[in-house]
Amino acid sequence: MQIPCPLCGLRDSREFTPKGHETYMHRPSEDAAPEAWNDYLHNRENPAGPTRELWYHGAGCTAWLVVERNTVTHAISGAQLAAEVRNAD
Amino acid sequence: MRYSGWQVLAQGLTGNRGWTRAWRDPDPKDAYDIVIIGGGGHGLATAFYLAKEHGLTNVAVLEKGYLGGGNVGRNTTIVRANYGLPGNSEFYSHSLKLWETLEEQTNYNVMHSQRGIINLFHSDGQRDAYARRGNAIVNQGDDAILLDREGCRKIMPYLDYDQTRFPIYGGLYHPRGGTARHDAVAWGLARGADQRGVDLIQNCEVTGIDIENGVVKGVQTSRGAIRAKKVGIVVAGRSSQVAAMAGMRLPIESHVLQAFVTEGLKPVIDTVVTYGMGHFYISQSDKGGLVFGGDLDFYASYAARGNLPMAEHVIEAGMTLMPMIGKSRLLRSWGGIMDMSPDGSPIIDKTHIEGLYLNCGWCYGGFKAVPGSGNCFAHLIATDRPHEAATRYRLDRFVTGRGLMDEEATGSQHNLH
Repeated sequence: MQIPCPLCGLRDSREFTPKGHETYMHRPSEDAAPEAWNDYLHNRENPAGPTRELWYHGAGCTAWLVVERNTVTHAISGAQLAAEVRNAD
Repeated sequence: MRYSGWQVLAQGLTGNRGWTRAWRDPDPKDAYDIVIIGGGGHGLATAFYLAKEHGLTNVAVLEKGYLGGGNVGRNTTIVRANYGLPGNSEFYSHSLKLWETLEEQTNYNVMHSQRGIINLFHSDGQRDAYARRGNAIVNQGDDAILLDREGCRKIMPYLDYDQTRFPIYGGLYHPRGGTARHDAVAWGLARGADQRGVDLIQNCEVTGIDIENGVVKGVQTSRGAIRAKKVGIVVAGRSSQVAAMAGMRLPIESHVLQAFVTEGLKPVIDTVVTYGMGHFYISQSDKGGLVFGGDLDFYASYAARGNLPMAEHVIEAGMTLMPMIGKSRLLRSWGGIMDMSPDGSPIIDKTHIEGLYLNCGWCYGGFKAVPGSGNCFAHLIATDRPHEAATRYRLDRFVTGRGLMDEEATGSQHNLH
């Protein structure tokens, strides 16, 4: 697999570490209920098909990316900087 | 038909014309007492023990493909009970005991071979950790022997003991561990369940779960609606999708674990060996192929195949441990879809919906759990109480933080196991 890093271009997936579904970006507030934290930490979106997930470009620019990927075919259709995704929200 | 040596002889002398189908291929009825979703190893074992131990035979197993076409056919066939933590320890001990009588109970040769498993260690600290684990196994009533380097050398002369980076210090030997023929396990349990009256329904995909006022009423399938008083979900690999039909969001992420087999060779590796400093484990199948595997690819996947970086890592680890395997040629590789839970341990529990039961989260350890999982899940469905060997496999342990079973001590969080 190759991931199109917005800063570095098309790079081998070995340079990246996957974190998981992009819902990890929606962290509950500190005083949120335990159920909200359980949902955030443990219960997962687990789609069979297109997904959006966080990858860390540790052996490259060290940016966090939101990668669009298909979990059934492994096809990668795009990547954005996670910071830009967050600012757009 | 009862299988036996005499039967083989008699059939052989009469041209093998008398063999009958191993199980029926019934159409689904309108209603059952119990519907099991998933005709893999765990689902078939659940049906088998429901019929055998609880006398419940108005049961259907619904399988979207063919029996045993999922993860029970996509693993490295290892059977063991060498766990260290309460919860897992008693469960896998229970499961191993069931393995030891499975062939008599199913009247089917699953080629269960207790050839022993050796977990190698490569440092003083790792020796201490394995000694502790060995004591836990012995305290559970199972078998573990701490081997030094010479002890290992007697059993496995072919390892590279003096490799400069990770020399082998010894190994934890679990003699009752071993392997079994994976397809035969599914077939034997299927035949055993069918003979006791369970309907095994293939090409029958569940598309919905009917729930009224918090009580399960049945399922919708590609072959019509089926009413049921109780429904068990046992579909590791697709748990999130099926549970979503009941409005549940599970602590599960699906990952790919790759495995590999070489061309058939003469007997050379007569135990299961695991490398302590790289994720690599190997055994030799009865056909002669070296069967080995490694770690997850570590990204979510339903592809049932992996990518080259992990293949490269596994083969590098294998070459470091036993350079002789470089002479053999790789025949095939495949991937199983792992139901990864946050703490690396499974779930066998009721749900918040009355009559709906959940069995999932087997991570990369589902094969050895087949009889234990089926036995405990059948007990839960039949009696509404957890089996004593599976009381800790609760779904709510992640919310409360109580009773987590994190064998690797890496933390109860996805992507760490």
